[in-house]
Amino acid sequence: MSSNGNSSMITINLDGKEVDVPAGINIIEAASIHGTEVPHYCYHPQLSVAGNCRMCLVEMGTPMRDRGTGEAILDQDGVQKIGWIPKPIIGCGTNVSPGMHIKTNSSMVKGSQEGIMEFLLVNHPLDCPICDQAGECRLQEFATDYGRGYSRYVERKNVKPKRTKLGPRVTLDDERCILCSRCIRFCQEVVDDDVLGFVDRGSFSTLTCFPGKELSNNYSLNTVDLCPVGALTSTDFRFKMRVWFLKESPSICTESSAGCNTLVSSREGEIHRITPRRNDAVNDSWMTDSGRELYKQVKSEDRIVTPHVSSEPSKLADAISSASELLKDQKLAIVGSCRSTVEEQYLLTKLARNTKAKKFLRGHFGEDDGILLSSDRTPNLRGALATGFSVKYPTDQLSDLSRALSKGQFETLLVIGEDILESGISQDDLKGVKVVFLGTHKNQTSALADIVIPTLTAFEKTGSFINRTFHLQSFKQAVPGPAGLLPDLNILSSLINSLSVDGDQSADLAQIWKQLSKSATSIFHKLSFSSIPSDGLQLNGEKWSELDFVEKKALHFSPTKQLQEA
Amino acid sequence: MIKKNTPKERRIILKHADDPKYSNKIGCYLKNDGYSMLKKAFKMKPEEIGEEVMKSGVRGRGGAGFPAGMKWKFLDRKSGKPIYLICNADESEPGTFKDRQIMHKDPHQLIEGMMIAAYAIQAKQAFIYIRAEFFKGAHILEEAIAEAKEKNFCGDNILGSSYSCDLVVHRGAGAYICGEETGLIESLEGKRPNPRIKPPYFPAVLGLYQCPTIVNNVETLCNVKHVLEIGGEEFSKIGKPNNTGTRIWCVSGQVKKPGYYEFECGALTLGEMIYDVCGGLLPGRTLKAVIPGGSSSKILRADERFSGKLKDGTDFDWGIEDIPLDFDGPASVGSMSGSGGIIIMDDTVDMVEAMANINAFYAHESCGQCTPCREGSLWMKKITKRMCEGDARDEDADLLLSVANQIEGRTICAFGEAAAWPTQSFIAKFRNEFEEKAKNGNNKPSLQLI
Repeated sequence: MSSNGNSSMITINLDGKEVDVPAGINIIEAASIHGTEVPHYCYHPQLSVAGNCRMCLVEMGTPMRDRGTGEAILDQDGVQKIGWIPKPIIGCGTNVSPGMHIKTNSSMVKGSQEGIMEFLLVNHPLDCPICDQAGECRLQEFATDYGRGYSRYVERKNVKPKRTKLGPRVTLDDERCILCSRCIRFCQEVVDDDVLGFVDRGSFSTLTCFPGKELSNNYSLNTVDLCPVGALTSTDFRFKMRVWFLKESPSICTESSAGCNTLVSSREGEIHRITPRRNDAVNDSWMTDSGRELYKQVKSEDRIVTPHVSSEPSKLADAISSASELLKDQKLAIVGSCRSTVEEQYLLTKLARNTKAKKFLRGHFGEDDGILLSSDRTPNLRGALATGFSVKYPTDQLSDLSRALSKGQFETLLVIGEDILESGISQDDLKGVKVVFLGTHKNQTSALADIVIPTLTAFEKTGSFINRTFHLQSFKQAVPGPAGLLPDLNILSSLINSLSVDGDQSADLAQIWKQLSKSATSIFHKLSFSSIPSDGLQLNGEKWSELDFVEKKALHFSPTKQLQEA
Repeated sequence: MIKKNTPKERRIILKHADDPKYSNKIGCYLKNDGYSMLKKAFKMKPEEIGEEVMKSGVRGRGGAGFPAGMKWKFLDRKSGKPIYLICNADESEPGTFKDRQIMHKDPHQLIEGMMIAAYAIQAKQAFIYIRAEFFKGAHILEEAIAEAKEKNFCGDNILGSSYSCDLVVHRGAGAYICGEETGLIESLEGKRPNPRIKPPYFPAVLGLYQCPTIVNNVETLCNVKHVLEIGGEEFSKIGKPNNTGTRIWCVSGQVKKPGYYEFECGALTLGEMIYDVCGGLLPGRTLKAVIPGGSSSKILRADERFSGKLKDGTDFDWGIEDIPLDFDGPASVGSMSGSGGIIIMDDTVDMVEAMANINAFYAHESCGQCTPCREGSLWMKKITKRMCEGDARDEDADLLLSVANQIEGRTICAFGEAAAWPTQSFIAKFRNEFEEKAKNGNNKPSLQLI
């Protein structure tokens, strides 16, 4: 029954239409491929099938065969009869098979959906006007789409705990819980931190933490995203903002080399939360709690918003020209950053080439959690390798630079964001050395720098990162940067132009990518910024297979295999 | 209608149970030829025992009536995983109290039946999952197992053979849903007894610890011993075709002599059971209704006429007293023999109150996993409770029926049906009483708290 000669595709009949779907997927996914929504609560593509909400009930039939002989049973017209199952079946727990017939809109299915919606609402508080989930609530949406629109329930509703603190970041309203068990399964299956469960039974079943446990793992806020209703809420976000006011921008988490795909939600230029964006090759539908906190850096107190020349506030243009004066014809060293974008690292490499500067790079490392927080705590170390900024795998010390400085090899230092005083460079090393600092936040290095030029955070600019699997991912500006500041690319291109003879470096992403992709030996060959798909692009990282990457085996990442696969 | 000759019990399972000289100790059991069938079994090939059980046609005594031999055939023997045998002793269906008698009075019969079954399916480990409330039964079984182990009837190298199988008693924690076989398996694994979705978790393939597992009722497993004793062929002649062997009927309610009675399948009618065996109704009472197979089976009204075609093609036209007591009799009149719990109701019973009682049970016992049963069972309980408290409304009968219809066929396990069938049948058969409640009550919607 395969179609198009492709054995992995099968033909099914969906609401009277013959359609091709991949073999082995369930009815919800098969219908979704063809634009048919099968409503569901408990089913999640990245969790085990629980089959408990019963919202995805559909009618199903299979081609009839004689039990004895196995021969097809035909009707008068010679067409194989369909044996319809008299009861509705769950779309999440039923995989498609060749010739299967599915009805998603029959009266039996509609009746089931109305019934389930009514049941889910009988003990659910009707307090949408004060519920945090309103606007992104499956219960609201499906009640409108599949419910009856009125209630027949006149009894007392069940009373359950209203604000249980499950952990430091998650607050639970049990009355809103529809007992779908997604959060429980997530903790068991993804985080391996089995702390949630139901107590009591029947309609009095209550979600809670096991005695003496709390939901404090670094993935706890994913349960809030998974919760189809307003039961699990982010303690940080609840009651602060109506979700329909929020603008969602696709972004990439900069916490580590895992490169989680995210959505940055903002209103009028202010970020209110970060949530994961599904990418089955990178982060499934998850991200860390710590990664969600990163937006707080945007408005933090130590943010650099004013350019400084010799500790005096100055205009940005003046600071840039002062910087190029300082860098000109000097023995220059550039300390790059694994937190810069691919494009920034490319320009920095070019700047180093044009000024004959020495390049230095440090890494940032921490514990690997084996899921989505990798031991490389920078988003773009592989970008620094791919753009040629560094050929060596960096350590967290700048010992080469320290040695060179002590020998007096450099007169000027250009530092991109790093705190070199934390990386093995002493104040003594820097005696008589001029320092230009480009960065977003204050540190010891910015404090002693001669020129400080503020730059933008990843939320405020556009660019791309290469993650631990050499997956190239682009992100777009989510919010505007502080008034008067320019993207890093503009600053770097200005420096290149004022320091080189030809001086026509553009700060435009498309132009930079034209240059990046020119060389046939580059892994960016024939690519352009606009051609990077929303779920990223797998690059070939074989060239660096000799390097000792620090990442441990984790979600969609395996240290030995990844390079062979790529 | 009533026969003059009281039908005679035929006790196979409960043969010795009520003999005052009989005890539940192994010595007594051995004196009565105990464990001789286990010895016989070990002279047979495992698959031969399965064949005998298949031939006997013995059907499951837990409620669904599925042929035991067939169940064993579904067992996945190719997986290479260990096979488990579980005895379902979680007898909790309201109106049923047969397994309790067996375990209390003749535990070695169950152990012998289980070890024969374990050998037949080549189980690596056998369990008796007993409900929490049967603490005495659990104690008796544990003692009996210790005795049997001492005599090498279970444990390592049973009767000197190379086959070993341990048997342990596992006590439940007080939930009706543990009688559902996949719920039981979850509970045995130490989890909440949430029944599993089928497919894929058919116990014969993915049961206990995801290994092939057979779950049989206490009475069914005892029958295995007698199948071996009598022979599959001969056993199939007891009772009626497709309704073989005896059944223990548990009669409760308003009759003079409630109790458990073991008869050949189809040997007597419901009328004979009530009026001859159980001595009839209490003085001055008339029969109003019968629930024939435990509280989840559909209720039958005393003045109903049932007609239709039996499976073998013969026509029938029965009053309630003519319904034969076997598997197919109650099924052909739209109910079921279930676990054999016959509940008799006379004219003093208020049907709405009876309904409220049953609904309270199912609301209390719903595991709460899947939506229709979880919310529907409590809703039905709240409605019937309100009706009994004088706040019935005209629309409540229709509402109850609609809620029940929204549960039936849409749940993970058969509990949905168990909760819905009583309501559906009570409304269908006694709608007048539900409407009466509205007329006599306040007939006001209780809107004080929405």
